[in-house]
Formats: sequence, structure tokens, C-alpha cells
Amino acid sequence: MPERYVGARVRRSEDERLLTGRALFVDDVQLDGQLHAAFVRSEHAHGRLRDVDVSAARRRPGVISVITAADLGDYWRPGPLLVPPPPIPGLIFHTCTQVPLVRDKVRHVGEPIAMIVAQSRYVAEDALADVVVDIEPLPAVVDLEAAMAAGAARVHEHLASNLAAHVVQRTGDYDAARAAAHRVIRRRFRYDRGLSAAIENRCVVAQWDARAEELTIWDTTQAPIPIRNGLAARLGLLESQVRVIAPFVGGGFGPKIMMHYPEEVLIPWIAMQLGRPVKWTEDRQENFFATTQERGQVHDAELAVAQDGRILGIRDVFLHDTGAYDPYGLTVPINSQCTLLGPYDVPAYDTEFTAVFTNKPIVTPVRGAGRQHGVFVMERLLDLAARELGLDRLEIRRRNYLSRDRFPYDHHILFQDSAPLVYDSGDYAPALEEAAKLIGYHHFLHEEQPRARAAGRHVGLGIVSYIEGTGIGPYEGARVTVEPSGQVRVATGVGTQGQGHFTAFAQIVADVLAVRIEHVHVVTGDTREFNWGTGTFASRGAVVAGTACHAAATAVRTKVFDLASRLLETPPEGLELVGGAVRVVGSDRSIDLGALAAQANPLRGAVRPGTEPGLEATAYYGPDRGSTASGVHAMIVEVDPETAMVTIQKYVVVHDCGRLINPMLVEGQIHGGVAHGIGNAFYEQLMWDDNGQLQNASLMDYLLPTATEVPPIVIGHRETPSPLSPIGLKGVGEAGCIPTGAAFAQAVEDALADFHVEITEIPLSPDRLFQLLQRTPPQRRNQVIVEGSYVFRLPRAVVWDALQDPAVLVRALPGGMALEQQGEASYHGAMRVGIGPVTAAEFTVRVTLLDREPPQRFAMVVDGHSGLGFTRGTAQVSLEEDAAGTVMRYRAELQVGGRIAGVGQRVLDTAAKLMTRQGLELVHRELAGRRTGEASA
Amino acid sequence: MKPAAFAYHRPASVDEALEILHAHGSDAKPLAGGQSLIPAMNFRLARPGVLVDLNRVTELDFVRRDDRGEIHCGAMTRQRTLEHHTDVIRGAPLLAETMPSVAHAQIRNRGTLGGSAAHADPAAEIPAVLLALDARFIVRGREGTRSVSAERFFTGLFQTALAPGELLVEVVCPPPPPRSGWAFLEVARRHGDYALAGVAAVVTLDERGRCADSRITLLGVGEGPVLAARARKALKGEPPTPAALREAAQAAAAKDVDPPGDIHASSAYRRQLVGVLTRRALAAAFERASAGAGDATKR
Repeated sequence: MPERYVGARVRRSEDERLLTGRALFVDDVQLDGQLHAAFVRSEHAHGRLRDVDVSAARRRPGVISVITAADLGDYWRPGPLLVPPPPIPGLIFHTCTQVPLVRDKVRHVGEPIAMIVAQSRYVAEDALADVVVDIEPLPAVVDLEAAMAAGAARVHEHLASNLAAHVVQRTGDYDAARAAAHRVIRRRFRYDRGLSAAIENRCVVAQWDARAEELTIWDTTQAPIPIRNGLAARLGLLESQVRVIAPFVGGGFGPKIMMHYPEEVLIPWIAMQLGRPVKWTEDRQENFFATTQERGQVHDAELAVAQDGRILGIRDVFLHDTGAYDPYGLTVPINSQCTLLGPYDVPAYDTEFTAVFTNKPIVTPVRGAGRQHGVFVMERLLDLAARELGLDRLEIRRRNYLSRDRFPYDHHILFQDSAPLVYDSGDYAPALEEAAKLIGYHHFLHEEQPRARAAGRHVGLGIVSYIEGTGIGPYEGARVTVEPSGQVRVATGVGTQGQGHFTAFAQIVADVLAVRIEHVHVVTGDTREFNWGTGTFASRGAVVAGTACHAAATAVRTKVFDLASRLLETPPEGLELVGGAVRVVGSDRSIDLGALAAQANPLRGAVRPGTEPGLEATAYYGPDRGSTASGVHAMIVEVDPETAMVTIQKYVVVHDCGRLINPMLVEGQIHGGVAHGIGNAFYEQLMWDDNGQLQNASLMDYLLPTATEVPPIVIGHRETPSPLSPIGLKGVGEAGCIPTGAAFAQAVEDALADFHVEITEIPLSPDRLFQLLQRTPPQRRNQVIVEGSYVFRLPRAVVWDALQDPAVLVRALPGGMALEQQGEASYHGAMRVGIGPVTAAEFTVRVTLLDREPPQRFAMVVDGHSGLGFTRGTAQVSLEEDAAGTVMRYRAELQVGGRIAGVGQRVLDTAAKLMTRQGLELVHRELAGRRTGEASA
Repeated sequence: MKPAAFAYHRPASVDEALEILHAHGSDAKPLAGGQSLIPAMNFRLARPGVLVDLNRVTELDFVRRDDRGEIHCGAMTRQRTLEHHTDVIRGAPLLAETMPSVAHAQIRNRGTLGGSAAHADPAAEIPAVLLALDARFIVRGREGTRSVSAERFFTGLFQTALAPGELLVEVVCPPPPPRSGWAFLEVARRHGDYALAGVAAVVTLDERGRCADSRITLLGVGEGPVLAARARKALKGEPPTPAALREAAQAAAAKDVDPPGDIHASSAYRRQLVGVLTRRALAAAFERASAGAGDATKR
């Protein structure tokens, strides 16, 4: 037992349960008579819902219930605004929150349309294919700038445009700063993010006990108490009738806090309706659409800088993608806006953003929560300024750091929690020096890099600073109880998702009560255990709940001394806590805490007026504002310019989260964060096409970094205590991933110095890096294009006539089965398409011929739909006569939706080319056969 | 992500498996290691009505070296076995050396040689390597057994010469000729991912140190593994100078492939990778050939 637990590398109390498989996760909950839910989700990003036919699904054996929006009656209601925007003057905010099931319009792929409850998830998924959804597609709002252009389709038609919010914050006089500047550096930056990709997807189980009139909900939420309160209100129950349990949760990272997800609203309701427990476990396909995510911003930023490198001012105007709804308010873009300032002295700051509705899933904070975007803009601007001014990268940062004597430092703008952006404490320059030392900055620059370059190798270094606003209010609480066994129980309202709360809170309490950590038992995330709290978010669990644990333990200690003072007839000042007992200082007279707890709860006799039974106390901690953590990341990369592949060779983090509770837990948070950041920088990207279809909706194509992509990380700890918390804590949960993109960009740019590549965007895939090296403009892959020509050894008129004939045209369709003429130039039919492992699926097809100029050219649109999704091919075809016969030239664009779009991209190009070629060959053969037939007739 | 309902059979012999496959026709699908089929079923992309699990067909799990030095591998040989089996390491070293590039150890513990070959994924390593090695494919049906060359076995996108009701039972790799060298290289986004592009190369030198022949195969850039004929022609009779390798690599990139583009790599980027990887793989293969590493007993 160390002298003090706080500050020591204490092993995690929760790991034994986790590693031996005894920890309860929501999906482990198995109840008698439990049913399983699955959701019919939109294949279209934007469209009017004309009809949902669930009759066949209701008839399927094993299906218990199928629910559409119409079936919900009064229970159908958009969700609340979870985080109202701060009171910034002139702020515009349009609240448009998510709905439980789509009633009239779908606004993103994956939005739920109907819920199926069945005996098993297998049957429920079988029934998904029985539901016939009729959606009239509308143009999808995807690109941020296009979304704000005049005449753009509107995600919410009651609004005048796709503007969700507009916020301007100003401090100082930027125009004057600009006028006085030696240089003004201006660039456009793009920073995109992606999934939280927790290892455990979301899961909800609900059980209504009709006798007790109690609803129990197991939920993978980060915020069990607000979920309980919100559901009780929605369902018309007392808060005390609803119990929400967030047991062990396999990673949260932000998106597991919503108010509420449609499934969170629907599963408890249907469980009450049916009187049977119902479970829904999100699968990985659903997770790409049904769980919130974080995405891109486009910044037009400029830095006014003095000749010596001092920042005179910054102006930043950016667009923020909020997705189809904005229930989480402006947390993410305000974090971007505020965190951009970093550890620097910025005398004038002029910042403006527009949040934009798009036909994509909802954006809410994901680890880092918009801070990455701001850090990237600032650090890139400083790198560019250093280069223009001929300054060293470290030097320009040193010259702009807020020095340690300037705290508390007020930036005079508002933070996401509505409090003024005030840094509590910090000491930035020494962290930079330590990181430079750990990465070997000077040695690398003066020896390693020149040597590598001489050998034809391209190595580069990145080193950047950042701050993170952490540990915001409003409050958390904790109850500490000493039981007669001498064991201590700690209950708090926050949820836990792997951070090590069980260990960290126990360390704090064990120190205050001088007990062994094994005797401290922590409970989190069960509303029956603790009634008040907000949740785990904003790197605040340890800071806010940890400080509350400290306060509650301290109150218990006072009770311990009061009671012991009476029993031992010694004033409290003469007592001390040692090894689980209270002792009279300098004597061997003592009472064990357990015995004292028994004494505090007598079965007979009198309790003194004014005292409470037991050794128990509940306390709360609510900081006025957050504490500001900070750090420096540095990395060395090697780039192969021929293959555009990047390898990270070394990674250094120097981090300051105030007083360390447990360096090992802090390192774990940093490791995970850096992995998340590396994913963001080089691997992970949600790729949407112009129709709002996600083109990489599986972990086969959405590339999470694995152990082979994350290098060992060297960590240096610094401790600048927060003056706000009695134990000096600051948060660390998000820090690791915040500056990674900025450091990566600087390092890759440095490695490719010979190529003069400038990196103003993250993620930077090798494909994009190849484009930068080739100096080609950004090419977003959007649809498959098949172009080519085909020679028919037949006269043009014959070819033309044949191509208007459904009996011939059907041959051109892959697996074409039948085609019937419907109108003058439209045909209806079916085709069966399968490739390799994909079982042939039947598509209903509509072919329309347009712009016909016989016998020279026509256009053809082929719409196909099947259980796998939909396809739309648009082809321009021309026919020319030449000596060989007729030359057909074609250019076809193929759009896909649904599962084909999400998981089929890898072979789409090849398959489309193959099918086009095969179709044309079949047409030719059919025609040649007819000619032969004619000739022989 | 639950599969649609299916019937499940677990035969104990090839004969039994062939009977079941015959009885169910195209509705039946053999299950080998399941590393591609099972995910496809969970996505409900694949919906076989009948699954014929070959994992108890022990007669398909063997590695044998014959008198002529040919390596015979049963179709159910695990990829992990190919990686570590002495006979494979000695007799078909390119195959053994490529295995670490095939996904991850956990996947190779289940994944099989025959499963990967019969699946014929255009980005898979095993088909490209078997094509570079000029392997023979032993195919059995109810009617009998036939042997198919690699060039005829891989017929297109996820397509092979296997007819419905037939099973791939064995793959035979000829021994490396004297004075030969080999190499495998690929670029994947993460280790174990489908390669953006990859190259398997087997080269043979003549007595004067010139390229007698080469079999260069490309993966991830066509409908199936691509045998680079233009590159082969460019090399034939040439001493393996850097200029000759560059020219052959250029021929491979410019003429042997018309790579597809997808979300991970444009066609142009894949073409660049084909050139770079072919040049590098040839350099490594020729170095091995001239260093006498072509002696199959050394590694």
C-alpha cells in the first residue's frame, strides 16, 4: 500500500472483472420472454416518405409487432434541445431535433422508418425485407458550400435556408491588427472527422414490471440520470419509477450521450406496450448512420503577424456540418472557435461560423469535439508564418505562448458551457522544451534528417501545441458510505466507459479515509444508486465527479472524527486516520472504521439530536467554469513519395492535466486518444457521395487504426494544478486526439519539403497525398463512370432499331430477365444480378430512353431496386457508321444506394465495366443471331 | 447483421460433399475457412440456401512434397500452415513468404488455400501468387477429377473454372527452377487490408545472367489476378539492369493493366503503384536469382 494512492500507478480495480468476462455489458442482459427489435432505415438521404407498407412484415411468423410513426400517436415527438446555445449576442440558432420514426420526410440515410419486434433478431431482420417503403427522392444536401448556395434543396423546409446557426465572437480590433501586420497569411483549411467507433455499439434493453409499476432500462449511455429524467417525463412516469442502468460500457467517446436516440425512446415504450422485455443491439452497419458522429468544417482563416512572429490577430470564418438535426446545440463549433486560440496570446480575434444542415447523420461531440479543427487551423497558420518569416517552428510558438504569470487569463469570448473562456492555469513553454527534447528535435533537424535526405529518404518532424477546455459544470455528486464491515462504498451518477473511474475514484476516497483501495467499492451509472448528475462528457468525469468523491469522503471523515472523538474522549484534533482505523495520536488507542460505522447506527438507545445515523455523506461539486489542460505532441514520419505511404516512426506527448490521480490511467487515455487521432489524420474518413450515400459503411472500408498502425508513444507528464479544484485536477479524456492531425500535417510537409507540398486538409489519405504530389486538384470519388466504345458489325439503322426493342435491350441489362414497353420510350422489367459471393438478387428495373436523335444518339436511364439497395445508371450513347459497321460510344454514370453503396465500392468499378461489356456482347450476339436467322429464312 | 436462414451440412469426405453439392446445385455453397463467405452472409449479400462445411473433410488438409519436388497442398490447408510448413517454405517459398501479407494471423488460422483460390477475389494475394507460380488446380466432381492450369482456373471477377457441383481439392506448385528468384510486394492501407495493388514476381536467369523468363502477376488492379504479359516480354533476354527493370515496370503499369478506381485509390494511383511495386519486386527477385537464393533449400 503506497503512502498515498493519488499520484501512484495503481492497477485498475475493474480489470479483473473485465478481463475474466464477468463484467456486465448491456447485451449480456438476458431476460425471460425477451424480444428483439430491428429497424427499417431509409436508403435515401433525402426524400418524401409517401408510404410504408408493413402488412407483410406483420404476417411473418415470429414477428410480434411492427411500429411506424403513425402507430406512436402522441408519443411521436421530436427530441428536446439537449444543449441550448450560449447567450452570445446576435446568435442565430434554429432548433431542429431528431424524431423517433420518420413521419413525412427522410433526412439522412439510416434514419429509422419502422421498428420490428420479433422473437429473435434473426426473424426481425428477415422481416426488414418485408416492409415496402415508398420514398420520393429529393436532391440531397451534402456539400457545405453548395448547401448554402441560393436555390439549394432544404433539409428543413420550414426554414429559409440550410443555415442552422450563425455565431460571431470578437475580441480586440482585428482590422487594426491586420493593418499593422508585417504579413497576413491566409488559407482555406478543411478538417474532417468521423466515427467514435466504440468497440461496443449502442444497446438498449427495457423491462416493465407491471406489479411494481417500475421500468428498468439498461442502456449504453454516458448519461444515465438525464436519460432517466427525460424518459420518465416522456412516458408520464415518476422519475422514481424509472431506473436506468449503464453498466460496463465498451467505449463512449461522446456519441453515447444523446437526448434521446430514437431507439432509446422506442424500446422502453414498446416494452411497456407489449408487457415483455425488449432488446435492441445496434449492429456495426447501423452504427454508421444511427449513432451520431463528427464531421467536417471548412475554414477561411487569416493570421496577422508581426515581423518577429508575434500574433497580432486572427480572423476565421468557417462552415460547420451539423447533419440533419442539431439536438446538441453548438458545442462542437464553439469548441472549434475557442480552442483555435490555443496556448497563445491573441490580442485580436474575429471569429464567425455558420452551422449548416445537411442530409447526413447528426453531428454531436466525438472525443475532441471540434477542438481538432481549431487546433489544426492555428497550428498550420503558425507553421506557414514561421516559414515565411524564416523562424524556427519552436521559436514562433515560444514567442506567442501566454506566460505562466498571466493566469487566470480571460479571452473575452464565451465557451460552449456559456461561461467566459478563462484559462485557470498553465505553463506552456517548458512543455514545448520537454517535447523537443524527447523527440530529439535538434538532433533530428541537424543530423538525422540531412543524413536521411542524402540517402534519398524522406523523413519529417511535426511538433504542435494545444489546450483543452475540460472539466466543465454544471455539477456531479457522490455518496461515500463506510459499512460496518469496514468496506467503503462510493456511488456517483456519472456513467463509465472504460476510463478507470472505479480505480481513480477509489484512489481519491482511499486517501481521504486512509483505507486500503481494495476496500473501496465504486458504483457508477445506476440511477437507483445515485439520483443526481449529468454524465460523462467534456473530459470531466475525474475532475467533477472525482472532486465530488473527494468532498463526500472528506465529509465522512469529519463524521468519523466527531463520533470517534466522543467514543475515545479525545478532541478531533488529537485523532488521526491510519490503516482503516481512527487512532489517538501518539497512542495505541484506536477504533476500526467498521466498528465505528456500527456504532453510528445503533439499534437501541438514543442518537444525539442533530446527528445523522451511519458514516455516510453525499456531496456535490460544481465548478463555475472548466479547467484548461494543455500539451505538446511531436512525431517523426517517413514518407515514401513513390507510393504516398506514410509511416510514423516516433511519437511524443507531453501533457499537463494538473494533478495526476494515476499516471497509468492518464497514459491509457493518451494512448487511446493518439490512436484516435492517427486514425483521423491518415485512415478514417466518412466518404459521402453527392447523393448523401456513405460509400464506406463497414469496418472493411472505414479504416480504424490497429495496433500495427499506432507507434509506441513516449509520454512526459507535467503538473500545473488547477486552482479551481481543491485537488487540482484537469481533464485528459480527449487530449490525445486533439493535435494529432496538425502534427501529422506538419511532419508530412516537412518530410516532403523537396516536393513543396502544402497540407491544408485532414484526413490525408495516401490517395489524396498522391494527388498533392502529382499536383492534381482534389478529386472526390462520387460515382462510377464507365466509358468506352463497341463495334457492331451491323448497319447503324439495324443497331438503332434493335436498341429501342425491349427484347434486345433486355440483353444489355446484367442478368436481364424481362422487359416490357410501358410508354413510348420507357420499359419496365426485372434483372437478376449477383457477383461472386453475392447471391443473385432480383432487381425491378425501369428503363427510360431520352433525347433520342435517330439514328445517332440517345440517353438512357436505368433505375434498379432490390433488397440490396438501388442503382441508377445514366448513359449517353452515340452511334456512328464506319467501314467496320457501327461504332457505339457510351459514357455511363452509375449511382448506387443502400447496402450496395455501403459495402460494394471495392468491386463496383470493375463490376460495372464487366457488366457493360457483357451486356453489349449479348446484344451483339442477339443481333447477329437475328441476322443469321433472317439470312437463312 | 444476422444471416438469412440456411441448411447446414457437415460431410466427412469429399465424396459425401460432392453428393450434397450435386443435390442442391447452385443453392449450395462450400464453406472452407469462412473468412469471406460468413461476413457476406451476415451482410445478407450472400444467401446460400445450403452450406456445405468442409472443415471435417480431413482428407483435404495436407501438404506433401513429391519426388519431383512439387508441393501438393490440400484445399483445406490453413493459410497459417502454408506460412510455417517446411515443405512449403522449401518447395514453394513465394507462397510461404506471401502469407504474412494475407490479413492477420487470426484470419490465417481459419482461412484456407482452397477457399481463397476458389473465392478468386481480385485483391487477394493467394490467387496472384498461384498464378505467378504456375500452379495446377485439381478439381473434383462426381464425374471425376481434372487438372486446370492457373491461367485457366482464374476466369474473371470472383470467377473460376469450377463448375457448379465441383470442388477444388488440391493445388500443386511446381518447384522453382534453377537460377530463379521471387518476391512479393503490396501496398495496403493498413497491414492486412485488401491491397490497393500488389505484385508477385518469379524470375529465372539464363547461364549468362539474362532474364530467361518471368512470371509477374498483379493483384487489386483487374478482374482477377493479372499475368503481366507485356512486362514479361520486355524482360525476356535482357540483363536485369535498373533500366530494364524500369522498362518492364513501365510496361506492366501502362499496358498490362487498366486499374479500377475506388474510394481508397484512383485508377491513376493504382497504376503508379503497379509501376513502383513491379520495379521493386523485380529488383528483389533478380537479386535473389543471381545470389543463388533460387536454390529452394535455402531461404
